[in-house]
Amino acid sequence: MESMLHISTLHYLVLGAALFLLGVVGVLTRRNVIIVLMSIELILNAVNLNLVALSHYWQGMSVRFGGGPGALHGQVFAIFIITDAAAEAAVGLGILIAFFRNKETVNVDEVNLLKW
Amino acid sequence: MFLDHIWLIPLLPAFGATLMFFFGRRLQKSWVSAICVGVVVLAFLMACGCVWQYTAWADAHDHQPYEKIVYTWLGTGTGHTTYTTREGAQATFQADAGLLLDPLSSIWLLFVTGVGMLIHIYSIGYMGHEGGYYRFFGYLNLFMFSMLTLVLANNYALLFVGWEGVGLCSYLLIGFYFHRKSASDAANKAFIVNRIGDAGFILGMFFVVWIFGSLRFTEVTALARAGHFSSETLGYITAATLLLFVGACGKSAQLPLYVWLPDAMEGPTPVSALIHAATMVTAGVYMVARSNALFVLAPDSMLVVAVIGALTAIFAASIGLVQNDIKRVLAYSTVSQLGYMFLALGVGAFAAGVFHVFTHAFFKALLFLGAGSVIHAMSGEQDMRNMGNLAGKIPTTYRTMLIATLAIAGIPPLAGFFSKDEILWQAWKFNHYLWAIGFVTALMTAFYMFRLIYLTFWSPSRVTSHEVEHHIHESPKSMTVPLVILAFFSITAGYLGVSPSLGGSDRFEKFLEPVFANRVEAAEAAPASEEGSRGTEYLLMILSVAVGFGGWYAASRAYGKATKGYVEPIAAAAPPVYDVLLNKYYVDEGYDYLFTGRRKVGDVRLGVMGAGEASSWFDANVVDGAVNAAGWITRLTATVSKWWDTWIIDGVGVNGPAILARMLSYPARMFEWGLVQWYALVMTAGLAGLVFYYVYH
Repeated sequence: MESMLHISTLHYLVLGAALFLLGVVGVLTRRNVIIVLMSIELILNAVNLNLVALSHYWQGMSVRFGGGPGALHGQVFAIFIITDAAAEAAVGLGILIAFFRNKETVNVDEVNLLKW
Repeated sequence: MFLDHIWLIPLLPAFGATLMFFFGRRLQKSWVSAICVGVVVLAFLMACGCVWQYTAWADAHDHQPYEKIVYTWLGTGTGHTTYTTREGAQATFQADAGLLLDPLSSIWLLFVTGVGMLIHIYSIGYMGHEGGYYRFFGYLNLFMFSMLTLVLANNYALLFVGWEGVGLCSYLLIGFYFHRKSASDAANKAFIVNRIGDAGFILGMFFVVWIFGSLRFTEVTALARAGHFSSETLGYITAATLLLFVGACGKSAQLPLYVWLPDAMEGPTPVSALIHAATMVTAGVYMVARSNALFVLAPDSMLVVAVIGALTAIFAASIGLVQNDIKRVLAYSTVSQLGYMFLALGVGAFAAGVFHVFTHAFFKALLFLGAGSVIHAMSGEQDMRNMGNLAGKIPTTYRTMLIATLAIAGIPPLAGFFSKDEILWQAWKFNHYLWAIGFVTALMTAFYMFRLIYLTFWSPSRVTSHEVEHHIHESPKSMTVPLVILAFFSITAGYLGVSPSLGGSDRFEKFLEPVFANRVEAAEAAPASEEGSRGTEYLLMILSVAVGFGGWYAASRAYGKATKGYVEPIAAAAPPVYDVLLNKYYVDEGYDYLFTGRRKVGDVRLGVMGAGEASSWFDANVVDGAVNAAGWITRLTATVSKWWDTWIIDGVGVNGPAILARMLSYPARMFEWGLVQWYALVMTAGLAGLVFYYVYH
């Protein structure tokens, strides 16, 4: 059989978009704060995926257009984002623990002290 | 010497009154008599001395009045009381406590002190058994003081002080037996009716002060006689004299203010004799005679004076025809004779009027004192229907009263004939109708006076109870001696004023000439009509005498044999007329309806007081009702205002934007729900929107 599916950059972007969408829905919908934090990680990882896929694309481009073997910008940026995600998760968990000490709950609906 | 101390004459009785006021209660009756009668005797002697000296002084001083100013009473002399008179002149208001002695006041002075002295002596006997002896004499002395102040005053203001004083003493003395309601009512009536006259007097004084700039008699008389007045000023002078005459009507009991004098008989008889016969009631005549210069300028006022005098004379005489109380008859006789005096003044015969005052004082005082003696003899009985045949039992009283009756009826040669005849002659020359009224009044006077004599002395006895009849006795000497003295003067006083037509020299009128020397009088003695007028004068004289005897004869026919249950001739002839006369023409009842406000028709009060009540009702309901309505309307507008403020201003204006803001705030609140995931959703929506915008644009 010769009809082998060619995995192009587009497939990677679509996957990234789908993961992003899942993450957003999770942030908006889930009741447990920990799940919300996990969804935020999902969003960040989806962005990482996009960055890496597009960096690979640009590596295949000629130098004249800004690509070439040295066009590693996306991959480097992805490393930064992973670091950033880790820090953010730590901070988020710290906030969660502080909140939990006060209100004894991990239900995001109950974070409503500023509610009128 | 006497003239310098003329001020002692009023002050001596004042001293007696003061002593009575402070010490009277503790003094014995003999002391009271000695002090009070003594001061009046001294005053009389001083008066004689003063008049004697004055005649000499007047000859030396061109018949000017003698004036002595004791001190300045009203007005300061500092210039603060200056004002402008009607004529435009500058004048200062000043009234002194000053005494004036001229022929007019001399005459009054002599008979006031003389008759007053005799009455004081009489009162010793009459009031000897009564309580309140010192009070009586104190009041009597106070009266003498006021009357002498009135007579000797040199200006209207001081005369008015005396005027009010005699009114007060009249009140005190009429109401002497104050525990009797009729007496206190009579005293009130006298004072109040007097006061009505006084209001007119005060207004008259204001006019005099405004027109002439002074209240002193000498100045006013000089200005009146010398000045030329515009007709407008003469109109004001007429008003002034009419108002002064109103005062005289009140004091001297003329129509319509005479009603107090008959009721004043409630007082003791000496009071009636002194005040209501001889002295106080002549004060009005004195005042008008004193103001003769003003009256002469106002012929209309003089006509009013004459007419009212004549009408009063005949009115009162008609009532006196049928009265049964001996003192009432004499009271109405006084009112009638006062009418004669004013008739004389009104027709311009001032001297004749004053002469009648002089003679009347004697015989009227004698009549009253004699009546008092009769009442004393009858143990208090005053109704003539219960008297009779007293002539033999009280001879001195009887003889003196007969003399006085002859005098008042105008029988010559007693005093009343000369004075009354002079008045009738002058009235004839002025107006025949006035003479006719005076003539008929003379007939009535003779009739009712002889009726009195017949019923009291000459008719058969009608005395009801035996004890009274046994008790009839002549009065003590202290009472009969004054009667005899007064009888002497009733006979002889006329000779002072015998008119020229009868051969006399009329010294009375000559004595008074300086007082009444008005310009108008010059036309009197026109020799052309002497003979004709002489004949008429004799004819009128004969008629007057005839009328006097005619009244006597009529009375003898009607009452000569009046036994118990006799019939009054007027009642037999015309009963309605008799009723009207007996009830005094219902004048008192009329005044009751009109003025005293004691009569009501249903709930509505009548008369002047009723008008007052109606005005009060009008004020309380209509005027105040309008005020209340205005207040109600104000409150209504306030309520509307409040509603507007509450609902429209506050509701719409203030709360409206607030509600609007709140409604607008609901959507805005949604931005701050406090739910984290909501915030995240909004962020995501915004992001999606931006992405779509940039992709599809």
